[in-house]
Amino acid sequence: MEMLILQTFNGLSVSSILLLIALGLAVTFGLMNVINMAHGELIMIGAYSAYVTQNLFASYLPKSWYEGYFFAALAASFLIAALMGCLLETILIRHLYGRPLDSLLATWGVGMMLQQVARFIFGAPNVAVTSPSWLNGGLAITSTLVLPYKRLFIMALVALVLTAMYLYIYKSASGRRMRAVMQNREMAGCLGISTRHVDSLTFAIGSGIAGIAGCALTLLGPIGPSIGTYYIVDAFMVVVLGGVGKLIGTVAGALGIGIFNTLFETYTSASIGKVLVFACIVAFLQWKPRGLVALRTRSLD
Amino acid sequence: MRLRSLMTKGWAISLVCMVLLSGCLSEKEPATTTSGSNTQAATEASGETIKVGILHSLSGTMAISEVSVKDAELLAIEEINAAGGVLGKQIEPILEDGASDWPTFAEKAGKLLQQNKVAAVFGGWTSASRKAMLPVFEQNNGLLFYPVQYEGLESSPNIFYTGATTNQQIVPSVTWLLENRGKKMFLLGSDYVFPRTANKIIKAQLEAEGGQLVGEEYTPLGHTDYSTVITKIKEAKPDIVYNTLNGDSNVAFFKQLKDAGITSKDLTTLSVSVAEEEIRGIGADILEGHLAAWNYYQTTDTPENKTFVEKYKAKYGSNRVTADPIEAGYTAVYLWKAAVEKAGSTDVDKVKEAAKGIEFAAPEGKVTVDGDNQHIYKTVRIGEVGADGQFKELWNSGEPVKPDPYLKSYPWAAGLGE
Repeated sequence: MEMLILQTFNGLSVSSILLLIALGLAVTFGLMNVINMAHGELIMIGAYSAYVTQNLFASYLPKSWYEGYFFAALAASFLIAALMGCLLETILIRHLYGRPLDSLLATWGVGMMLQQVARFIFGAPNVAVTSPSWLNGGLAITSTLVLPYKRLFIMALVALVLTAMYLYIYKSASGRRMRAVMQNREMAGCLGISTRHVDSLTFAIGSGIAGIAGCALTLLGPIGPSIGTYYIVDAFMVVVLGGVGKLIGTVAGALGIGIFNTLFETYTSASIGKVLVFACIVAFLQWKPRGLVALRTRSLD
Repeated sequence: MRLRSLMTKGWAISLVCMVLLSGCLSEKEPATTTSGSNTQAATEASGETIKVGILHSLSGTMAISEVSVKDAELLAIEEINAAGGVLGKQIEPILEDGASDWPTFAEKAGKLLQQNKVAAVFGGWTSASRKAMLPVFEQNNGLLFYPVQYEGLESSPNIFYTGATTNQQIVPSVTWLLENRGKKMFLLGSDYVFPRTANKIIKAQLEAEGGQLVGEEYTPLGHTDYSTVITKIKEAKPDIVYNTLNGDSNVAFFKQLKDAGITSKDLTTLSVSVAEEEIRGIGADILEGHLAAWNYYQTTDTPENKTFVEKYKAKYGSNRVTADPIEAGYTAVYLWKAAVEKAGSTDVDKVKEAAKGIEFAAPEGKVTVDGDNQHIYKTVRIGEVGADGQFKELWNSGEPVKPDPYLKSYPWAAGLGE
């Protein structure tokens, strides 16, 4: 029974992590149709931003402030990754709209360049981020059933990011313009929306969310130049399975993959579990090629 | 038209950026492939150098580990050159990037042997890269010094193994664990050749020495979520987790183990791929009290090690640490030098013959090249991670252990080689 509760919790936790790494991609790939292979490296930038923020706090600010560094790190990760995304969009991706294969190759190359740059600045070995002490330990329900605070924190963070994204995309004027451009670029342009600004902003937001994911992942995983490669496949899987173009689809995709992955892993092993999940995804996409939540559109692709 | 010109402009800009960047990146390395023509010109001009190859992953997922070994090898070469070189000639290192890609290792090894005609190559980390390079060295009769502990069951006439084989790391550590920490063992490893072979050996040993296997799990390389594995460990209630995870997975595993409320007081873990360098990337607070088995620690108390650590830090920065494979790479260069000097030539067959029985006072203590299998005698050490991220030695084998890559001297290991 305890194992069942713990594994359900683990499944939800894995889902929340998947959702966090996929949310940024849901914007850049899902809404903008850019196959951004450098998404993983934007996550890496977020992780290193957290590392730098931690070091700055440790060396320049009074000790009592240190515990709060993580909030500053989240903000810094978002801003730096968004800035990188904006730069990337302006000098490269802008010229590749409508050419998915070219953007795939070019962003793949950018990803490798970013990895190498990180290796030059921070060195090849991993770096350590000490998580704030208020996130250590866990909520002990019984003596053996412990829910780690870090995983609970990530769940809350995902909920927060998701709500903010929902409010922005569906309730704000700027978000309305974004949706208009993504649905019908020419028409939106005719009506006086600067599609170029909207593109930049949208890509920057998607990248910024990847940065937040990178920052949060420092709590659980490694921080090194190649960490992006561990998450990029999962991120694409979630978005493709969920259905391109719909936030709710991404949420469903992350929940599906996370829970099934944990379930399979419990009864087989990590490698086999992953294979089974991929097999299920392939089978499912045969049945529903547009993913869990299909976007209804009148435009002809 | 406007769009077209804009697009070309964009491409031109990004191309220029890439060229600039790649220029910056390659500038820092002494002699990489990009400057191939330069190195050739240099050797033609002087003719007084002995060329050796250094072939490690300087990019890709393995760069995290291999770059430091490359640094140690360059340090050894620099020291030897400063002391007058080998046979009166300076050593000229030629750097190649294996790029964490096994076919690339084979290709670059071929290039070093055929085109650069190097006297020896120091390189490799993963067993996969070694296995990819092995036929190249055998066909070209080259010489490879491989610096990392590995799963044994191999002995190529063209490779010198300066890292530990199984009977110098895994086998004695399992015996020690069974005697000191309990009988119930859980095996956790990454899903590739080294952990699977190592665990095959451990399982045979557990059966022979009265241990009990309570679980066995493999995760893909680069796996980052260990919540389910940790649940399984909790269910199995082992005394010991024998950890053969490799690379970044260790960070995720140990961070999440601590969050799940399991400390080194509740559960003994012994790792064979976590050294000083990895501890820095995980955080000493997370690893404190956990165990590892190696032949060398930065804290190993020999006079040679004291100078080695000092020189390494002086050259690469005081925040850098030394670790077992780094020391093995450093030692490899000196062993090769000693063999060349004894042979009076860099001819591969003569060097191999001369290398038999060569001794060297390495930072880890005295090492001797075994004449039969080209491995080296090494002292086994079990260490516990302290709060400062350094190891405290709990046990050592007292004297260097004779390498036995096929475990012929262990009756229970009969049949494992197939």
